[in-house]
Amino acid sequence: MKKLLTSFLLTILLALGSLAQSGGELHFCLRSEPKTLNPLLAADDASETIRYLTGGVLVRVNRMTQELEPGLATSWKITNGGKAITFELRTGLRFSDGTPFSPEDVAYTMQQLMDPALHSPTGDAFRASEGKVQTEVLPKNRVRVTFPAPIAGLDRLFDQVAIMSSKSPQKEMAVLGPYYVGENKAGSYLILKRNPNYWEKDPAGRQLPYIESVRLDIQQNRDIEMLRLTRGEIHFINSVDADYFDKIAAQDPSMAHDAGASLDSEEMWFNQVANSPLPAYKKAWFTSTNFRRAVSEAINREDIARIVFHGHARPAVGPVSPANKFWFNPKLQPHPFDKKSALQRLAQDGFHLQDGTLRDHDGHAVEFSVITNAGNKARERMATMIQQDLLGVGIKLNVVTLDFPSLIERITHSFDYEACLLGMVNDELDPDAQMTVWLSSADSHQWNPSQKTPSTPWEADIDKLMRAQASTLDPKKRKEDYDKVQEIAWQQEPFIYLVNKNALSAVSPALHNAHPVVLRPQVYWNIDQLSLSTEVARNH
Amino acid sequence: MNWAKTAAIVFLLVISAACLLANFIAPASYAHQFRDEPDAAPSRQHPLGTDDLGRDRFSRVLYGTRVSLLLAPAAALLSSLLAAFIGGIAGFAGGRVERFVMAGTDLFLSLPWLFLLITVRALLPLNVSPIVSVLITFAMLGCLGWAGAARIICADARALSRSDFILLARASGSDGFRLFWRHLVPNLKPVLYAQFWISVPVFILTEANLGILGLGVAEPLPSWGSLLRELEGFSTISGQAWQFVPLILFILVVSSFHLVLTKEELAV
Amino acid sequence: MLRGGIDTLSALPKLVAKILITVLLGGFLGATLVRFAPGFGIDEEELDSRLSTQSIQALRETRAADANIFVFYFHYLSRLLRGDLGISRTLQRPVRQLVAERLPETLKSVAAGMALGWTAGFFLAVAVVMSRAWYLDLLGSLLVGVLLCLPAAVLALLFVLAQAPTRLLLGLIIFPKMFRYSRNLLGRSSALPHVLTARAKGLGNMRVLVWHILPTATPQLLALLGVTVSFAFTAAIPMEALCDMPGIGQLAWKAALGRDVALLVNLTMIVTLVTLMANSASEMMGKIFAVSEA
Repeated sequence: MKKLLTSFLLTILLALGSLAQSGGELHFCLRSEPKTLNPLLAADDASETIRYLTGGVLVRVNRMTQELEPGLATSWKITNGGKAITFELRTGLRFSDGTPFSPEDVAYTMQQLMDPALHSPTGDAFRASEGKVQTEVLPKNRVRVTFPAPIAGLDRLFDQVAIMSSKSPQKEMAVLGPYYVGENKAGSYLILKRNPNYWEKDPAGRQLPYIESVRLDIQQNRDIEMLRLTRGEIHFINSVDADYFDKIAAQDPSMAHDAGASLDSEEMWFNQVANSPLPAYKKAWFTSTNFRRAVSEAINREDIARIVFHGHARPAVGPVSPANKFWFNPKLQPHPFDKKSALQRLAQDGFHLQDGTLRDHDGHAVEFSVITNAGNKARERMATMIQQDLLGVGIKLNVVTLDFPSLIERITHSFDYEACLLGMVNDELDPDAQMTVWLSSADSHQWNPSQKTPSTPWEADIDKLMRAQASTLDPKKRKEDYDKVQEIAWQQEPFIYLVNKNALSAVSPALHNAHPVVLRPQVYWNIDQLSLSTEVARNH
Repeated sequence: MNWAKTAAIVFLLVISAACLLANFIAPASYAHQFRDEPDAAPSRQHPLGTDDLGRDRFSRVLYGTRVSLLLAPAAALLSSLLAAFIGGIAGFAGGRVERFVMAGTDLFLSLPWLFLLITVRALLPLNVSPIVSVLITFAMLGCLGWAGAARIICADARALSRSDFILLARASGSDGFRLFWRHLVPNLKPVLYAQFWISVPVFILTEANLGILGLGVAEPLPSWGSLLRELEGFSTISGQAWQFVPLILFILVVSSFHLVLTKEELAV
Repeated sequence: MLRGGIDTLSALPKLVAKILITVLLGGFLGATLVRFAPGFGIDEEELDSRLSTQSIQALRETRAADANIFVFYFHYLSRLLRGDLGISRTLQRPVRQLVAERLPETLKSVAAGMALGWTAGFFLAVAVVMSRAWYLDLLGSLLVGVLLCLPAAVLALLFVLAQAPTRLLLGLIIFPKMFRYSRNLLGRSSALPHVLTARAKGLGNMRVLVWHILPTATPQLLALLGVTVSFAFTAAIPMEALCDMPGIGQLAWKAALGRDVALLVNLTMIVTLVTLMANSASEMMGKIFAVSEA
């Protein structure tokens, strides 16, 4: 309670402190051009950034507390066993172009979003089962959305749904969020202007957001981005690589923010697809639990975290990062680095060392390749470290970096690969978001996708548990089921989880009230509360 | 100028000897990761410090030089010969042959060969050894790098074929091939030297960039290209002096090549 | 001179036909290379774990539409006749619009780069050859060596660090080529017997250069100029991608990563056209020059 009070007072103080600092232009970089400005179709990072800054949502996940907060809806209630949700909307709001906001807009947005021809990733997240989604406009400014089947964590999904106007001639460019797109110079920059009709006010009754406009430069080159930050041309970098982070910290410790372990993980997996073009003996290795666990135990995760990520990462345990406090299974520990145990497991499957080379029971020398996406220095280094680690148990690993389309073709179409090292970006705390990864019938079940029937008993168990947790709204029961999924994943290691990276960001002292967090968007999650130093505001 | 040429030859010989004897000179294996000392400064054990994974930089430079110094000039030679052959024949023959070959050359200059390289990678097995991969990469570079030079050589050959001494040789009864091989090609030397000299560093750097396609030198084998990639980044600015040793060595070797190759016209 | 001019003029329709055929062939070959490269018809979005099976299937189907290269090229050409360049899949916009927005940016960079590269490279070569000073030659070669050996990414970063206009970067990439070729060509010419005689007669440096050295090297130097134009366009790809300059080089890089065949065909055709025009122009000038010399 005391903590709560202090943070409340702090917020008030900060809000008052920023009173005189309204205005100015916030500068930061997008790493690519947004593929779309339609909030319903946003899938890439840049488009999601624009959606976050411009879109008004019914409810918002507070990135700091991870709790749900009112947005365009003042209250909401899940009914009908998780099938329906009713929102009570704010009244008297207007879109950025002046069009009034009404419950019909919510109905219109949901109808557009759930249009099967749109193929919106945001919409697909709601599509747990076949059937139509209905939206009813109720009296007293209320709206009810009904789904054909219960959806676990339904309310949180609305954090991604930017409400569009059904009447505005500007279509999706009329927004309810803090900013609207003022200028878009393709391939170069975007300028977002303050939305004069934004609904939120600060405790002193002043219109939010404080900052007048936001300039987003499209800058793919991270070195140049760093240089611009140190020169004061941009105000922050949302996610900084570990080696750059240490350089910033050495220059000015107040700029460097390490928010701790993130939800993202780096992992390696073996190709277990039955009809892949690999030789039968290699398929036998990769489908063996002992082999996978031995490889896992032969990898020194501590070293990877210390050398590749300069200590800004921690050995990963499983699909859930320890940063996800509710869903993480605390009984599990990272797999230890233990060559002896690895060799014992391999011996159980008939592998043996011969002149320092590991051979299977038919005498094949154990050699395989790992593919990873080119241009990601951290992954290239991880692969090189794993290469040396595996040499310790007599395994020869070949590292192959590929451009992304070639890599995707191999892991999703031709299945012509042996092992793959990639990262999993994870924003959603709820396990329901992982459904398509764990169900054996799903396309994103990377090690062996789209199976007709589960090919192993443990995959069948995971299928059952994932479905069970999705069919109930009881958090305790869901947690029990998902804990078991994590245990099976730990036992079987279809994914060899390596590390959870820390959320690292760099923020210029000119930007006030920034509290970088683990969840995306790490630095500007509270964009409407941010403000700039007066002199900086004048400079830009 | 002679002393400079001598110095260049001596330098190239020393470098060649050092990388041939790398097994005896290198203080450590180029692949071994000293994980307790990543990014270390020079010391008795590591004369040039270590890289970001703790590998001995001096050893990596020695082995990397071996790969690049052997293969890049070979590929450059291949592309120069192709340019001489294609451009020379076109310029010498003139007329329809010249127009046709030069149109082909222009087309060759404009096509997105990147996709051919990507396709080649896809046709190779994933477990191809680093040596084979790097050999194929340099061979491809040699095969793709001739077009620009061929155009200049064609113009050169055309001008030469009209010059007095070729007319004289023709008059004295030299046949086409003999004329081309004995009289024309030797006179194309200045352009060929330029092509060769430019191609060496360009190929070395391109090889490193082809890493993004999974071609070229694969970890843990070092090459100059991969050593120079260390500099591609913020570390260029904040880097320590010893990180630049591979770059300085690279520049010195390329300049030495120049000194050894072209000199005679200015020897006054 | 006059006869040469008339010859060239009468050859003009032939030249235009040649350019047209080569450009169309270039477009087709470019499309073929893209089509058969791995990763064609694959979308990064397929890895989005939120997407349902139906959506992924739909995504694949839209991509498969371009799979038959002959059908694609035929459709492309019939649209081209109507002035429609197609729609870029990766950027979701008409190619015509994209090219119109970005071509001026690249033209500016190429012009600035070539102006710098040509002038610096050519004059340094002339200075080296005419002064016949070994130290100048060594110095020039070292400078060129440094520029050739520095990875483009490092050069770009240094430019940003020095707050120099990144447009000039292209100049630094062209300069070594220009210098090396012209120095070698002029060097050879300056060693020709009639030049040595002229020098022995005590002719001034300037006169030797203009009357004796340059004429023998001009056709080759013109060919060099032509080649550097297409070289500048190719070099613009990594440069614009590295420095985030919104030109067609950056567009080409994105198109390559996204296997965006509609965009790539057009860009290949543009580059082919530029290459052909530059080289044909330099060739024609070389021939006119040769005729007038004769």
